[in-house]
Amino acid sequence: MITLESHVPDGPIQEKWTKHRFDIKLVNPANKRKFKIIVVGTGLAGASAAATFGELGYNVEVFTFHDSPRRAHSIAAQGGINAAKNYPNDGDSIFRLFYDTVKGGDYRSREANVYRLAEVSNEIIDQCVAQGVPFAREYGGLLANRSFGGALVSRTFYARGQTGQQLLLGAYQALLRQVHEGKVKLHTRKDVLDLVTHEGRAVGIVVRDLLTGELTSHSAHAVVLATGGYANVYYLSTNAMNSNATAIWRAHRRGAAFANPCFVQIHPTCIPQSEEFQSKLTLMSESLRNDGRIWVPKDPNDTRPPQQIPEEDRDYYLERRYPAFGNLVPRDVASRAAKQMIDEGRGVGPLKNGVYLDFSDAIARLGKQAIEERYGNLFEMYERITDENPYEVPMRIYPAPHYTMGGLWVDYDLQSTVPGLFVLGEANFSDHGANRLGASALMQGLADGYFVIPYTIGNYLAPMLGTQPLPTDHEAFVRTEADVMARIRHVLEVDGSRSAAWFHKELGKIMIQHVGMARSEEGLTEAISQIRALRDEFHRDMKVLGTNESFNQALANALRVWDFFELAELMAIDALHRRESCGGHFRLESQTEDGEALRDDEHFSYVAAWEFKDVGDWELHKEPLEFEYVALSQRSYK
Amino acid sequence: MDVTLKVWRQDGPDAPGRFETIQVPDVSEHMSLLEMLDVVNDRLTVAGEEPIAFDSDCREGICGMCGMMVNGHAHGPQQGTATCQLHMRKFKDGDTITIEPWRAEAFPVVRDLVVDRSPFDRIIEAGGYISVRTGAPRDANIQLVPKPAADWSMDAAACIGCGACVAACPNGAAQLFTAAKIAHLNLLPQGQPERWQRVEAMVDEMEKYFGSCTNHGECEEACPKSISLDFIALMNRDYIKAKFKNRRLAAQRG
Repeated sequence: MITLESHVPDGPIQEKWTKHRFDIKLVNPANKRKFKIIVVGTGLAGASAAATFGELGYNVEVFTFHDSPRRAHSIAAQGGINAAKNYPNDGDSIFRLFYDTVKGGDYRSREANVYRLAEVSNEIIDQCVAQGVPFAREYGGLLANRSFGGALVSRTFYARGQTGQQLLLGAYQALLRQVHEGKVKLHTRKDVLDLVTHEGRAVGIVVRDLLTGELTSHSAHAVVLATGGYANVYYLSTNAMNSNATAIWRAHRRGAAFANPCFVQIHPTCIPQSEEFQSKLTLMSESLRNDGRIWVPKDPNDTRPPQQIPEEDRDYYLERRYPAFGNLVPRDVASRAAKQMIDEGRGVGPLKNGVYLDFSDAIARLGKQAIEERYGNLFEMYERITDENPYEVPMRIYPAPHYTMGGLWVDYDLQSTVPGLFVLGEANFSDHGANRLGASALMQGLADGYFVIPYTIGNYLAPMLGTQPLPTDHEAFVRTEADVMARIRHVLEVDGSRSAAWFHKELGKIMIQHVGMARSEEGLTEAISQIRALRDEFHRDMKVLGTNESFNQALANALRVWDFFELAELMAIDALHRRESCGGHFRLESQTEDGEALRDDEHFSYVAAWEFKDVGDWELHKEPLEFEYVALSQRSYK
Repeated sequence: MDVTLKVWRQDGPDAPGRFETIQVPDVSEHMSLLEMLDVVNDRLTVAGEEPIAFDSDCREGICGMCGMMVNGHAHGPQQGTATCQLHMRKFKDGDTITIEPWRAEAFPVVRDLVVDRSPFDRIIEAGGYISVRTGAPRDANIQLVPKPAADWSMDAAACIGCGACVAACPNGAAQLFTAAKIAHLNLLPQGQPERWQRVEAMVDEMEKYFGSCTNHGECEEACPKSISLDFIALMNRDYIKAKFKNRRLAAQRG
């Protein structure tokens, strides 16, 4: 039985974090090396946490399935990172960033966590600049800012279209400095396949060496998961091929509650799928909506090339429906509108699965050169993938699963419901509610890793002084290793007729259709039974060749797909139980007269945290959400 | 379109390798080369043969995980493009496509097309960072960074660490990678305090694993981010200077 204690400190919201930092138990510098911490994942959150632990003197072991920590998927983030610096003097403040984030998340996040995020955002920029992150500059040498994702202030810092890459390299370099100094031990190409618990606490992990198949156990005083999100449950997403949910899912099965699993962000500006074989969807930065106009033909049967369709036969549907925000409405609103157009048969392109993002007006107004300066690298990427020139032909875009706001439930200290297990970054649920604002993911990953967990972990560790980590020949480790080995054997022994990748693709089709941008009781019920049936077939009919004792990518993938199948069901169950629309979660039964999302604050103003009993059997726990500083209102962008 | 693959298969680091010929009918020109390999792997699996091992992750040219020799070119024939963004429309119906792993002594083959690039991390560990503790820095705008310095640094920092420069080099040298990393930090004001130690430590670490540079320039051609050879000149200049400066600093401390 789990209990949800958020441990939010008392006092005014502006003073909570300061007060809490004072109240946190400290570990004497000379004692820090007596504590061992395991960090899983080397993206922004994991690398920054591991590096900071090392600097503080803790004994750190860090694990990644990549060949180098620098490959983590944080590297692919394009647009930027938010901070409340107010350098442009346009009225930004910590409170405004906090307010925008709570509102943008459609009032389904915990106020105190979001306020802290806004509060430490400024320190992140200071830290990254000192590390040598080459942020964009003005001619005078000051940092440049831009507005992003419809924000009314310019608070986004960026490094061309490669902000995630540059921030990750900063954290990666800080991490390798600690590796060099012997404070952090780095394990690459290691897949974390289970969490080990003893007497209800997290005591270690079981790891498979991807090169040799060898299973090993590692024990520590605390385990930190920073393994990213689970949007790859849709198969086609903007995530990297290897992004997976296995570490958080296995931790969930060992007692960590999973919060708001149905909150998924489907990003409006991605390149549409071209054919069945496609392996992933490519995101085109949201900044394109600053100058591009989105439209579809009025007549579904219009087969003319876009340039020949005259103005009067075009429907600029976002400008028509949302005159105030136009093409800059938040991501969830833009995505849903695109889906409606395509469902009405007005989609464009060979598969009629896209909408136009048209730059011809901007080119006429500003000149081709100005557009090239702003978006040149994006246009080039688009042309490389589609073989169409967006300077002449409008881009085609369609929404794609991108980010998961849900994740393991954590308290104010980022501790899960399993004592000793901490969860950072996209892997936790804490800061974005039901919809994440642009340029806030990088902010959260680095806030958690650099500025939150290095303090809050002290509360857990300090009382453990003098204890040793559990030896890895303890029964708890032996039993968990045996469980992992049994999963591996099962995967290799089924010897069915289809690859795990094939099943993954089929699962993705169910998920995007029924647990995607529009959800209904009927569709979700159908999805649950389809997921169960396909999962049974997966366990009867998958085919994975080769052995465990070799570099076997198909085996590693099958184990991940296994976990996606279980998570998929929980996502559908969560979506079914939440009979309201909020943020990225749109229930057809809960909309206003003109088709906008309708929240139900009376019944659903809570975090849904699910406790695992068995596959297909979860118990719901609720953490009520109270809003003292931000007044709840219906979002309107008209 | 139909293509013929000549693909390198090698069961493990110490196993002998061989080319295998695989006929691939019904390839769409819209596929990326890696998506074509996905299809081949699915077909191989169903037919009871082990799939071809290859690394890839983001598939949008930024993570640096993918990389293979395609018809003798690192990342294939299209300039400024990582393997994951190379599309089949760049080939013709009936083509034979030869695919091999990176060929470099410092990058031993793990399996088939997968290699071990960990020496790159060792070079960064030697000094590819600015030593700053979390929480120590003060306001980011206190130190002005001239725009040209930030831009030039960013040109170097765009390196994705894929290893194409090493694979393309007849000497198996890693000068372009190392120089890009050094320039990223050495061009910025924040990087100055450790400038001379950094270049010496990183170059010396590089020399432990990789061959020597003889200015062929193949690396720049192969680089998916088109990183300029100029950075190697910058590195060499700093390295020579460092040899004097570091001795003098040591003597002063002495």
